[in-house]
Amino acid sequence: MNLQRQILRRSFLQASGVALGHTALAHLMNRDAQASTRAFDARPLPDLPHFAARAKHVIFLCMAGGPSHLETFDFKPKLAEMDGQPMPESFTAGQPIAQLQGQQLKCLGPQFKFRRHGESGQEISDILPKLAEMADDLCIIRSMHTDQINHDPAHTVMNTGTSISGRPSMGAWINYGLGSETDNLPGFVVMTSKGGRNPQPIASRQWGSGFLPSRYQGVEFYSNGEPVHYVGNPAGVNRKQQRELIDSVNALNTLRNQQVRNPEIETRIAQYELAFRMQTSVPELLDFSDEPQHVLDLYGAQSPDGSFAANCLMARRMVERGVRFVHLYHRGWDHHGDLVPYMETCCRLCDGPSAALIKDLKQRDLLKDTLIIWGGEFGRTPMFQGKGQKPGRDHHIQGFSMWMAGGGVRGGTTYGTTDELGYAAEDNRVHVRDLHATMLHTLGIDHRKLAVKYQGLDFRLTGVEPARVLKEVLV
Amino acid sequence: MDLPTPSELKAIMSRVTFLLLLLACSQTHVVAQESSKYNRDIRPLLSDRCFQCHGPDSNSREADLRLDLREEAVKDRGGYWAIVPGDADRSDLWSRISTTDPDLVMPPPETGKPLSDEERSQLRNWIDQGATYEKHWAYAPLKRTLENTALSETIDEWVERELRTQGLHRNPEADETTLLRRLHLDLTGLPPTREQIESYFREDAADRYANRVNQLLESPQYGERMAMYWLDLVRYADTVGYHGDQDHAITPYRDWVIYAFNRDMPFDEFSRDQLAGDLLPEATVDQRIASGYNRLLQTSHEGGVQQKEYLAKYASDRVRNFSMVWLGTTLGCCECHDHKYDPFTQRDFYQLAAFFADIDDLQSFKGTNSLPTKREPELEVLSPLDRLRIEGLKNQLEILESSTEESEDPSRSSDRQVLLNQIEQLEKRRRRTMVSKAIEPRPIRVLDRGDWMDEDGPVVEPNVPGILPSLSTMSDSGPRRATRLDLAKWLFEENRPLTARVFVNRIWYLFFNSGLSSSLEDSGNQGEWPTHPALLDALASTFAQSQWSVKSLIREIVLSKTYRQSSLPTPEALERDPENRWLSHQTRYRLPAEMIRDLALMSSGLLVDELGGPSARPYQPAGYYAHLNFPTRAYYADKDQQQYRRGVYIHWQRQFLHPMLRAFDAPTREECTAQRPISNTPLAALTLLNDPSFVEAARVLAQRSLLANDSSVAPSIEWIFQQVMTRGIRPDELQILLTLYESQLQQYQQLDPKTLEVLRVGMAPLEEQLVPAQVAAMLFVARAILNTNEAITRN
Repeated sequence: MNLQRQILRRSFLQASGVALGHTALAHLMNRDAQASTRAFDARPLPDLPHFAARAKHVIFLCMAGGPSHLETFDFKPKLAEMDGQPMPESFTAGQPIAQLQGQQLKCLGPQFKFRRHGESGQEISDILPKLAEMADDLCIIRSMHTDQINHDPAHTVMNTGTSISGRPSMGAWINYGLGSETDNLPGFVVMTSKGGRNPQPIASRQWGSGFLPSRYQGVEFYSNGEPVHYVGNPAGVNRKQQRELIDSVNALNTLRNQQVRNPEIETRIAQYELAFRMQTSVPELLDFSDEPQHVLDLYGAQSPDGSFAANCLMARRMVERGVRFVHLYHRGWDHHGDLVPYMETCCRLCDGPSAALIKDLKQRDLLKDTLIIWGGEFGRTPMFQGKGQKPGRDHHIQGFSMWMAGGGVRGGTTYGTTDELGYAAEDNRVHVRDLHATMLHTLGIDHRKLAVKYQGLDFRLTGVEPARVLKEVLV
Repeated sequence: MDLPTPSELKAIMSRVTFLLLLLACSQTHVVAQESSKYNRDIRPLLSDRCFQCHGPDSNSREADLRLDLREEAVKDRGGYWAIVPGDADRSDLWSRISTTDPDLVMPPPETGKPLSDEERSQLRNWIDQGATYEKHWAYAPLKRTLENTALSETIDEWVERELRTQGLHRNPEADETTLLRRLHLDLTGLPPTREQIESYFREDAADRYANRVNQLLESPQYGERMAMYWLDLVRYADTVGYHGDQDHAITPYRDWVIYAFNRDMPFDEFSRDQLAGDLLPEATVDQRIASGYNRLLQTSHEGGVQQKEYLAKYASDRVRNFSMVWLGTTLGCCECHDHKYDPFTQRDFYQLAAFFADIDDLQSFKGTNSLPTKREPELEVLSPLDRLRIEGLKNQLEILESSTEESEDPSRSSDRQVLLNQIEQLEKRRRRTMVSKAIEPRPIRVLDRGDWMDEDGPVVEPNVPGILPSLSTMSDSGPRRATRLDLAKWLFEENRPLTARVFVNRIWYLFFNSGLSSSLEDSGNQGEWPTHPALLDALASTFAQSQWSVKSLIREIVLSKTYRQSSLPTPEALERDPENRWLSHQTRYRLPAEMIRDLALMSSGLLVDELGGPSARPYQPAGYYAHLNFPTRAYYADKDQQQYRRGVYIHWQRQFLHPMLRAFDAPTREECTAQRPISNTPLAALTLLNDPSFVEAARVLAQRSLLANDSSVAPSIEWIFQQVMTRGIRPDELQILLTLYESQLQQYQQLDPKTLEVLRVGMAPLEEQLVPAQVAAMLFVARAILNTNEAITRN
């Protein structure tokens, strides 16, 4: 069954409550009736959830550029000992390498102190003091690895499971599978934060819907100008006028539909109503005046100014309103040189707000329904790179750290290890697709079953290689 | 809207259920009666449920059994047989699919792809009837039937036959106005103008439709319309795609595509010049421009790019695109393993890649963070369109000089000067464009699991997939290395049915919004069996026999009664064939993004209908490129007539496609797109409501209508309606718009006319002689009309 028909089938099944075989259904599906009458498709696929879900929402905090695991969550005393010495070739021979191609490789010891935190005693570096306070809520994965060593393709792997363009991103998959919980906002929102250093480019492919219908693609919210493209009325047009316009459009469409009986017209009418509602609900989302001062202080945000702090608060406001998947990007983490000052800059901007988000969701009893994932598209080399005035590290894909919190994952745990120099993931290796499988699992989705037929093949977020749900870190 | 009551709903549902059961039964019935056809019924089942483990991929094959080849499936496996032709009960296949033992049953439950009872009985019947295999439909030789009939009649004949079998009837012809709008949109991407409608109805009724078809096929806009689709297939874009997504130089290639469609370049030549124009002896400028096809892929010069890795990426990108565009086949999975469903091997993939191993990619790693970046080899050229223009001017110059030899007419020398100036201006329009340049081919290895670091795989020579007819490069001195040119010629050799079928199926899609095989991307085992296989073959063989003339093919399609019928389904047709696979009516669907833009610009008169040229930058939300870097990007909307160019010329930024294009499902062109999805979203509504391009078009429509109708209200509204919809307004529609107008007028009259900001959206001049509040109110009328479903629907 191809995708369009699958979607049709879903709408139909939900409308009728009748389960039917593919073949007969394929004939029943009217091409003209393709679009659901609900804007962002509120309904889940008929077979979902596959089992009880722990989480309803995901907030992905992407530290674009690739934060160093060796300065954050993966303490390597041996690397400290070997600081300045040649990197043993046994680690690096035959391995992919980015900007350090052809250069002499030497070790660079951890640049920050690590301490144990919380009852769980998790090791976290001093550069993340606020997250360290939340140690008992974090599930740190130290054994991540990925396939792509350059930013753009590595993000594409993190978001779509493959470096080949044109596949749906995880937010699109999840909204396709589970549907939306809000009638006024898109189910998948992306925000990019300001502040920090020379930002990494990020392609809109990272939140694309690939071969899924475009209503599942991430909608960008902006802090400059209109928060969503074309959500504001044209200059000199007020709300009453816009309402009258939409009423007239809908009236014309209704008249036409009486002549031609086209379900697409009914959908169009519903979409114009939703568009009008979004013209109110979006500005309302950006109005922080209903937030008490102590909450603003917790995040360190005063207004929706596009800072990472403000965007974390926005993420909470969205999750409260039913947005399924919120993806925040901070784009300052590519530290080929000047690692220490740049880590200080980026952590100053991101540490507190990330911790505040956990705390705030927790105090509202939303953390149990919300899976937070933190990390970059890859990690950084244990080897020195000398691109700035002070030492830096190159891109690294064989081992790096991420963390998860809330949504049914076990807080206060550290999962997996890298080798003694922090080069390659060793015990309990976690590929990006294992992370995807685990994320889907918390949402009640069996990653093997969420598949769509396209170009004659069954596509999944987790692809064709075996992927593993990290059951050990789930409650 | 009246909603059905619960009891009505129940009645509807039981009717639907009954209908479904009926359909399901009738299908089994049909299957049981006539023999199960391998290609139609059995292959899709085996492919979807069995081939993953018992198919072409040797690495994942279980029990050393493959079911895709008959001789393998029927062979003696030590006293038992997977298939015993004619005897299902002795066939292991049957016992394994019919057992209830979860440990034995096939397909294994964990695949989540169980067989239904009907499917099982289909397989049983097929085995009992002798388990005949057929060559896959897409690769089987073309069958040409109904000789000596015009193709348009052949189309109707085959469609009629199937309709009769299904107990359905062809719809009557669409009303002429609807048909005219459909034809204009389909052939040119633009609605007919008022003058074009009037001239149509002045013509003799018997000939006017066919005449109009010919006129439109000869119009320059035909090439723009066809290019829209071709550029999706070959993933044409103005930027490099990866990392910094810098602009690259390629627009002359786009203009060449338009030019080639307009002169009806035979499809074999068209393909050859793109794949291998640079390899032709004494390649012309156009052939070199066309060879830019091989450079359309995404590229990167990001710091830290490992050349070897990216060369591997580029190689597979080219194989994916080539196989999708010309073979209609997904070869992408063979980068890592033999195909699970189709008879393509991993070796096939790398052998295809080897054809492109001579393309000079090394220079592209030396790109710069500039706009445009450098992607040598490039050429600085005049587009074929500009060269034609210059040629025309030079001809005029010649005529001028020869005709007035004796007299020293002062007007003659001034005419001459004008022509010379124009030629000089055109000569300045040279643009750079990426081209293919052959260098010593780099060795291509089979990469284990697609791993570019792998050095152990065998080096392969260029060759075509083993399942397809072979390519010979034998010469007196033995075989030579095959080239892209050989590949391009091979595609069109006799008995090469796949190329023709794939292309005609896609052309059919452009005129019915669905292919005869609905899987435009995959003609392989997992693709859909065509509803009208004989018709597909008739189209394909006629296409091949008519020197691959695309215009002839299209002419015959749009002349057919099948094309000309009304798109309004009868209740009976909706019930019996809701997907309209049997073509009992035409299809109505929302216009592609570019055509929606063109409609607004055209009906308002803003459209600058000039062929070719640099890409255009329409208004775009501020800060949309903020995520781009290397270098950081500012967007400057065009401030001259470039602002009003057709959608096909919009600057195609792969990473941040113009929001209007995105909202209406245009692809980013990172990969081949054979079929765009059609969505219906609130973001599309917001775009059409509030994007300044549409608000401006609405204002200009308002101004023009008021000017044309002495500012009288009802006629102005009627004028706009006709302009956008190609039909007259009905009284109830007029009433809605009059009410809107009156209310808006009242509100705007209370404001200072100098401060009506809505009139200042866009840079088109205001008409000072009009009353501002009236223009503003009429602007709302135009917005309302442009936002209707009908305006953006092709009926």
